[in-house]
Amino acid sequence: MKKILLSAFAALFMVGSAFADTVRMGTEGAYPPYNFINDNGEVDGFEKDVGDMLCIRANLDCVWVINEWDSIIPNLVSGNYDTIIAGMSITAERDEVIDFTQDYFPPSPSVYMGLSGSDVDVDGGVIAAQTATIQAGYVAESGATLVEFATAEETISAVQNGEADAVLADGDYLSSIIAESNGEFANVGEVSIGGGVGMGVRESDGALKAKMDKAISSMKEDGSLNALIKKWFGNDANTF
Amino acid sequence: MFSYCADPKTLEGLMWLSCYITTAKHMSFYVSFLVVMGLISLAAPLAMAFGFAGAIAARSSIRVFRLIGKGYLAMIRGIPDIVFFLFIPIALDQAFEFLRHKVLCSDVTEPIRQGNDFVVCAAAKLPLSTASEWVHDMYGFLLALLAFGFVFGAFTGNVLSGAMTAVPKTQLETGEAFGFSPRQIFRRILLKQMWVYALPGLSNLWMILIKATPLLFLLGIEDIVYWAKELGGIKTGVYEYKACHLHLFQIHLPHHYH
Repeated sequence: MKKILLSAFAALFMVGSAFADTVRMGTEGAYPPYNFINDNGEVDGFEKDVGDMLCIRANLDCVWVINEWDSIIPNLVSGNYDTIIAGMSITAERDEVIDFTQDYFPPSPSVYMGLSGSDVDVDGGVIAAQTATIQAGYVAESGATLVEFATAEETISAVQNGEADAVLADGDYLSSIIAESNGEFANVGEVSIGGGVGMGVRESDGALKAKMDKAISSMKEDGSLNALIKKWFGNDANTF
Repeated sequence: MFSYCADPKTLEGLMWLSCYITTAKHMSFYVSFLVVMGLISLAAPLAMAFGFAGAIAARSSIRVFRLIGKGYLAMIRGIPDIVFFLFIPIALDQAFEFLRHKVLCSDVTEPIRQGNDFVVCAAAKLPLSTASEWVHDMYGFLLALLAFGFVFGAFTGNVLSGAMTAVPKTQLETGEAFGFSPRQIFRRILLKQMWVYALPGLSNLWMILIKATPLLFLLGIEDIVYWAKELGGIKTGVYEYKACHLHLFQIHLPHHYH
């Protein structure tokens, strides 16, 4: 027993050999087309493409980590991964806790989605939103009754089963759901909230932020970022 | 998995089903059953060990042990599980990394706590960020196992200490009359007789342990519930096979340039 404990203790202090620049990219994996888990069980989506290309340009070795949205910031600051790349809008509140790179996705409107033909009062009704999103913050201040859910998908179900009158989320997330719902859902209003989407890094991690900023700039300059935006969000999407 | 699965558009009926239930995502779903069962089959004995130690400490004649034992049992049972499931793995992880940082990077002068950030040197990370994914998974699994063992140990401890109290005093006194030492009475009579009273409570705890496994995703382990949610979730055209994506992309581009 003593031996086991001792060797376990020794294992705790073993040093690894190589230190390549491995960057762990944290994402939610449940917000298509930004990020989702494909049929192969791997991370996929706009941010997977952008992240992989950024890592090539910044000469970093990247691995993808899935973490639920609720605890995505606490796990970044405690060092379980090094970036958040999960459709996270740049806001002043988040900027107090973590740092953001420049935006890699331009500001785009948020959409209220309700059942087709229903008369939704977006400022007084019951509105669903995902916890800790800019949309949840907006609904809380708009005078409507906010119902929060841990994942974006549960907000859609809430509208479907009548628990909420409408859901407020990024238009780019809702557009394909509206388009493929066979007329069950409709866009019942739009608002512009939040800035663009940026990559979250620890405040103490200035070096990584600088590398990523440079890589994003280079992708903006040669148009490869715009091409990816069009690939995932369609030709009408806002570009740089 | 099968060769005919390559083009999803041609599939129908059972052929489609055989492809669907063998996607890599479904395979992860099946594997997660093994992970969860592995966890509970290891967590149960670990919880028994913690519980046994807790129960003995709580009944100890030495005041300090008694306080520690009773404190452990009462605290864990009184505070919501979810607090401990969040606290223990993160606190343990940070404690390990803190120690490693002190030993391996003693020359680094920057503080570990910088505002909200917990920053240790690259060599002190546990596991190293260069380590392969299975090492990270295994480490998360071990932390989860400790958390489950610690929390369920308190429940087990309470059941065991109750069972020990329930053993009829006369049986213990009979042992004394035969000249057994207190240690012998404990080992030969109390420990054996208590199981009769402990088993119903323990089987109930086993059920609760099984029910508590969805908390695993909180600890970063992709468990049965996570994959079931992932498989049962809303799917739009975005989820189509990669090959189709490229195809659409190529069709769309010329449109744009018209």
